[in-house]
Amino acid sequence: MGITEKINRNIDITSWKGKIPVNYIYTAGIAGEKFFREIKDNAKIVGTKCEKCEVTYVPPKIYCERCFARLENYIDVGTKGTIHTFTILHENLDGTKKEEPTIIAVVKIDGTDGGLIHWLGEIDPKDVKIGMHIKAVFKSKEKREGSILDIKYFKPI
Amino acid sequence: MGKRRVAIVGAGMTKFVRRAQETGKELAYEAAKMALDSCELTLKDVDCVSLGTAPDAFDGVHMKGEYLSDGAGGWRKPIMRPYVGGGTGVFTAIHGWLQVTSGLFDICLVVAEEKMSSCYPHPAGAFLTIFDHTTEQPLKPNLIWIFALEMRRYMETYGISHRDIALVSVKNKKNAMDHPCAQIPQEITVDDVLNSEVLADPVHLLDISPTSDGAAALVLASEHIAKKITDKPVWLDGVGWNIDTAYWATRDLCYPRYVEKAARMAYEMAGIKEPHKEIQVAEPYDPFDYKELHHMEGLLLCGKGEAPRLTAEGVTARDGNLPICPSGGLLGVGNPIAASGVMKICEIFWQLREEAGKRQVPGKPKVGLAQAWGDLMQVGTVVVMRR
Amino acid sequence: MNNKKLNFKGTALRSSDIKEKKVLTTSWKPSLQYAWDDGVAIGRYLKELKNGKIIARKCKKCGRIMIPPRMFCELCFRPTDEWVYVKDTGIINTFSISYVHWDARRIKEGEKPFIPAVIEIDGASEGMGILHVLGEVDPEDVKSGMRVKAVWKSPEERIGAITDIKYFKPIIER
Ligand SMILES: [Zn+2]
Ligand SMILES: [Zn+2]
Repeated sequence: MGITEKINRNIDITSWKGKIPVNYIYTAGIAGEKFFREIKDNAKIVGTKCEKCEVTYVPPKIYCERCFARLENYIDVGTKGTIHTFTILHENLDGTKKEEPTIIAVVKIDGTDGGLIHWLGEIDPKDVKIGMHIKAVFKSKEKREGSILDIKYFKPI
Repeated sequence: MGKRRVAIVGAGMTKFVRRAQETGKELAYEAAKMALDSCELTLKDVDCVSLGTAPDAFDGVHMKGEYLSDGAGGWRKPIMRPYVGGGTGVFTAIHGWLQVTSGLFDICLVVAEEKMSSCYPHPAGAFLTIFDHTTEQPLKPNLIWIFALEMRRYMETYGISHRDIALVSVKNKKNAMDHPCAQIPQEITVDDVLNSEVLADPVHLLDISPTSDGAAALVLASEHIAKKITDKPVWLDGVGWNIDTAYWATRDLCYPRYVEKAARMAYEMAGIKEPHKEIQVAEPYDPFDYKELHHMEGLLLCGKGEAPRLTAEGVTARDGNLPICPSGGLLGVGNPIAASGVMKICEIFWQLREEAGKRQVPGKPKVGLAQAWGDLMQVGTVVVMRR
Repeated sequence: MNNKKLNFKGTALRSSDIKEKKVLTTSWKPSLQYAWDDGVAIGRYLKELKNGKIIARKCKKCGRIMIPPRMFCELCFRPTDEWVYVKDTGIINTFSISYVHWDARRIKEGEKPFIPAVIEIDGASEGMGILHVLGEVDPEDVKSGMRVKAVWKSPEERIGAITDIKYFKPIIER
């Protein structure tokens, strides 16, 4: 008896079904506010630089994670970068087959230490290579709302 | 390996607010940076990090420990995240103490953060998940229920009136008027509390601390290092923690035995024989007004059912014989879960160093205590601090 | 704080700042759905609730009859020994009258408040309570120590859930 008591038939195994009913609204934060405003208003990408550690953060941070200096200068880092690594997705989140594969890449923005994860577009999956030079393609200004999706994708230069 | 003596040498916190613009990482950074600056240390000096933050469901960030790590100074450092629900704040300091007393590290940065405002429409929704999913959640409980059930049990066991309890809320919200970080400093009366909205009788709106965003941090150092950093170290001389049965409805809710057990552990370690005489200033956990009383009793600062009398007589006022929650507590300063426990330790640190400004209790206290409480409602975490 | 000028950071927002999009935000509505296995003890507990009965587990070492039932005694740290039916009556240990829903929404005007209670179940060891709600009683008449009895859903409506007991109601004693 006790812990040795077992359920011997699969159909006797029961469970209680439930949900965790939570919703979220995340603030962009102090650095995030600057980052997404620039994307929204000016189609620009900004970062912050720690002069001491010679590290440029994209997306920007209000602090240097290495030396804890407060970073307050936001610099325009341009919209170009290189493919650091990539993957080609053939399935949707729910496991169904995608009609067209999509390409996800870690994009190293030129002159920075930061990487953005984003889609690649206007390129055949066969032609994608690590180190390829790419640039951001933004949505039109009226469609931008201060989100990472304001960048449609990155495309080869 | 014997225990090494551990001191708090620096403290910092953010303002506690209902909704912060800062992200959780940014809040953690502000508190951690302030704590390091306060003792003129840099991140380079930090050997390890203890990071405390309560359920991921509040911030809505899974693996919140990893998410917060860079803001907490954890970049390429040994970092750990201890977790005991609402008791997490004080427990994180205990965790930091373990890392230093063991001899493993000399300087530990202790950081606690919570950003409850991310959870919409109200963080109460996330609290639902702490109840048993099969035997309790189907009844659609609100977190306040367990407090109401416990508060009534406490009142009926010892013959305490709501009026007696409301004095705690009046005192703490008033104390908070002198705290620059306070979220709801207020001058209110007992009648205001009794006439405020009834949420879950006997709990009224003004019996409860708010939901908050905020962070708080400490710098801990081993004895020989601490003495080099500051001439005013505050020693963490006793720590204790304890948990009661997780079947909360099957134990008597009138008295927090687990707090007593945690306190006895801390007192024994600190050589405290008569806590009600030796503890000179205390910050027991006060998410609800009755909890301060409940915890004073569990901490053996008075007999069972006696805390309301001490409150009524002004003993627990900031200028009383045993000042309780001179910071303004969670009721006044705010309650970003894990951060509020560390806020309490910050307060005792400032009080013992006589740096509490307008909140300074008289009599140059030498021994203080901070305590938090949590998990579903059965964890006690206690630290005894000495100048 | 007096010896050093401390500069506390933190930027307070109003909810209108978010509604009026004065600050940028992203939102997420996760769909977090679970099937929590009942396990042996709670599985049997729920099955018996479906039959209109409450079952507990006994530890022979400490003698406790435990509800909700569990396959190990957390005090003796050994397996529990036998199933014991307990009554569907009990005593109110403590209670509340709640005007808020689980998500902090207030109940509507005219709607009856919830009366959650810890009910010590007859036949289980002293102090062994469960969380449930009270019904068929005026909130003003509820007292700790009151005797109550389960009001069950009809057998067809029962699904093997704690809510197969609709609520507990006072036992009118003559
Ligand atoms: Zn740096
Ligand atoms: Zn036993």
